Amino acid sequence: MLTEFALYSDRLFMAAVGVYVLAMVLHGAEYAVQRSAKGVLVGAGGPAVETDAPPPDAPPRDGSGPGRAERYGRMGVSLVVLGAVLQAASIVLRGLAAQRWPLGNMYEFTSAICLAAVVAWLVVLRRSPASRPMGLFVLLPVVILLFLGGTVLYAPAAPVMPALQSYWLVVHVTTVSIASGLLMVPGVASLLFLLRRSGKLEGFAERLPSADALDRLAYRITIIAFPLYTFAIMAGAIWAEAAWGRFWGWDPKETVAFVAWVIYAAYLHARATAGWRSGPAAWVNVAGFAAVIFNLFFINMVVSGLHSYAGLG
Amino acid sequence: MASTELATRPPESGDPRPTGGRLAIPRNAWRALTSMRTALILLFLLALAAMPGALLPQRSLNQQLVDQYFTDHPSIAPLLSRLGFFDVFAAPWFAAIYLLLMISLVGCVLPRTIEHAKTMRAAPVATPRNLGRLPHHGSATLDVGPEEAAERVRHRLRGWRKVETATGSGRTISAEKGYLREFGNLLFHLSLIGLLVGFGAGKLYGYGGQVIVLADGGQFCNTGILGYDSFQAGLRVDGTNLQPFCVRVNDFEASYLPDGQPESYHASIGYQTTDDLNAGRVDQWRPYPLEVNSPLRLDGSRVYLINHGYAPRFTVTFPDGQKRTGEIQWQPVDATTYLSQGATKFEPPGVTDEEKRRTSQLAITGLLAPTSSGGQVVTSVFPALRDPEVAVDVLRGDLGLDDGRGQSIFEVDQSKIDSGQLKQVARANLVPGQSITLDDGTIVTFDDVRQWVALQISHDPGQDTVLVFAVLMLIGLGLSLSIRRRRFWARLTPTADGTRTVVEIGGLARTDRAGYGEEFDRLRADLLDAPHTGAEVDGSGADGPNTAAKDG
Ligand code: HEM
Repeated sequence: MLTEFALYSDRLFMAAVGVYVLAMVLHGAEYAVQRSAKGVLVGAGGPAVETDAPPPDAPPRDGSGPGRAERYGRMGVSLVVLGAVLQAASIVLRGLAAQRWPLGNMYEFTSAICLAAVVAWLVVLRRSPASRPMGLFVLLPVVILLFLGGTVLYAPAAPVMPALQSYWLVVHVTTVSIASGLLMVPGVASLLFLLRRSGKLEGFAERLPSADALDRLAYRITIIAFPLYTFAIMAGAIWAEAAWGRFWGWDPKETVAFVAWVIYAAYLHARATAGWRSGPAAWVNVAGFAAVIFNLFFINMVVSGLHSYAGLG
Repeated sequence: MASTELATRPPESGDPRPTGGRLAIPRNAWRALTSMRTALILLFLLALAAMPGALLPQRSLNQQLVDQYFTDHPSIAPLLSRLGFFDVFAAPWFAAIYLLLMISLVGCVLPRTIEHAKTMRAAPVATPRNLGRLPHHGSATLDVGPEEAAERVRHRLRGWRKVETATGSGRTISAEKGYLREFGNLLFHLSLIGLLVGFGAGKLYGYGGQVIVLADGGQFCNTGILGYDSFQAGLRVDGTNLQPFCVRVNDFEASYLPDGQPESYHASIGYQTTDDLNAGRVDQWRPYPLEVNSPLRLDGSRVYLINHGYAPRFTVTFPDGQKRTGEIQWQPVDATTYLSQGATKFEPPGVTDEEKRRTSQLAITGLLAPTSSGGQVVTSVFPALRDPEVAVDVLRGDLGLDDGRGQSIFEVDQSKIDSGQLKQVARANLVPGQSITLDDGTIVTFDDVRQWVALQISHDPGQDTVLVFAVLMLIGLGLSLSIRRRRFWARLTPTADGTRTVVEIGGLARTDRAGYGEEFDRLRADLLDAPHTGAEVDGSGADGPNTAAKDG
């Protein structure tokens, strides 16, 4: 029974990745069609996926791009929803299979971060559907991370070592995953914002939401994720006090969490400082997310510390 | 989205006072230090300065890794060391950054606190003359008299701070909401200082240490530094005033999954508190199940279970028939199989000749496998104690115990072997009960294996303070990021016949936070679009004719 759960969990994970990749293809097609529609007018370049009858709510069918682009975009979003459902099911089954909270190793952790990012993205889409063209760029890091998670970081479902058997694991690791996942969206938005503002890649950046909208999006999510991240670090400190004998010891993981936190604090200050408000602040936001990712991968895999979960400590 | 420069700039930056005179330099320096831009730069510096602490090995965490770094990078390691890169969080430059940041913070936040205290008592800002110029505005003529219209506005603005002023023929209402935002912001910043103070107190008056205790009745008493295997003292701790308490480890149990992954660790301990000791209750032990994640908390100090391992017991029977038993912890060298290594050292008994005593010391060194594979070469296949076996070298000679240099309890002094003062006299694999006989008739017997646990003792008088301020900080952060500071004005002017009222409204968000637009739309809908009034409404986009006429 348990091994079956584990197996289904893995399959659902793979299915979710597949669905996300497909969603990316559709979002890509949305771009391509829009682009060709702009240039050549009639359906050149778009994938030859034609249905016989137009869907009832489709815009006027004159064969031009925007109608199709819209359709591809919507299909892409539906697939993202499907992917999120599959991925959530995979995580739940993983927990059942291992009979513990499903956040005990890097694979599970990466999966949770990506799910948080995808759900955050869907909420954004719901509130401002005009952001949809960003979808491709939100999915890109998600798919890369999930791919790494499913290959390099993969670990079979198993119980965790005694140091991780604590309800603080649930509190600390869940919040830190959600916060990291949320922060991925502002990270992408800020990068796109910088890209848009730089004026390079004209035709390509044009279809993204406006620079202003991207900037606002980044800020709005950051101010939700940052307090959560703060809480997660504090929960980690409380756990460290119970597990390792001190609440803060400048272990590499703690140190980089501190660095990321300070960078996000700098972001919020930059938003309130004349001359720093938009461009420089966006760089700071990107740097903050880079620190979060660095902490997740580099520190876990290259630098050894208490967080590498070796030995009793 | 309506954000204003005004709201986010620290108050002193707009200070128009001319600078000059003798105080100009310090005043300008202070102003520069407490500016937002400086805070920003110091924050970047802080992040940058902490990075080497994660990327380079740190003495406070792992001295061995630092030594390894010196071996691997002999050219730059001494320079890095001199600059403090192996002790980043104790380096003067790191301290300089955070202290400057704290000064900047105080300089920035205290004036704001005073300012805010005044604002809290002040009335909301008077209604601007032309509401139509505000980012959010609207107007309508309601089918009710001025008194009822005012009542309606007042009712809708419950929870806002508001003030009414009579003007010519009508009146205005100014309202403001979201004072908690600035309160939260100040609470957050001031809590940071409290947090740092608590942290500092821990660094000054806290201490901690590790001690290995045999798991069948071994004891530890926190009476002095000498009782510890290693000890880290706060800057103001000299070891004479430790909080006295004792623990005794009665038993240790580990359980493992079939693949050797540990599942649980459990030590049954007994303890005696300071009060017990003072009252002379030294033969009673209070029981406690010590586990990972579940330390023993004694007022002010905590005892943790942080590691475990094995201690082989050897009995040496000397040629004259005298016996000596040695039992000391060996060190796990493989975290998954608990293959351990160590050195159990013996002095020959009853030898009076100093020279002879020194040159006939014995050491049993080698490897211990808790579950031996049974092969020729001793390896461990499982961390639990199932089929123990040791592979030992017996060395005889001068162990260097009298050299006055401290030496590791886990190994012999390699230089004594290199110089020939210590010679290998036997090598064997032994299971419990087996023995070997040396050339001089000495018999070495491997008796059995006992377990030890490593305990961590921590004492940090600052940590409760840190927790309290951390929670306050989080509350402050939540308030300051979720609350919007916003203003709302209404101007009520009765029409000539006095039966209807022209209501103009305007709104302004004072902080860099989108979203007031939606709230304002609701306010406008509630106040101006009420169906029973039959009002004529002008939206945000268009300037109402009344507005234009009045302010004109
Ligand atoms: C350890 C150093 C500091 C940290 C970690 C820190 C962190 C933060 C954070 C997270 C915020 C966001 C809260 C908000 O937007 O309301 C904030 C806001 C703010 N900080 Fe700091 N801060 C620090 C030092 C300073 C200093 C030195 C100053 C003054 C020069 C300062 C002035 C401000 C101001 C004025 C705001 C409000 C910005 C606004 O109104 O949106 N902070 N700070």
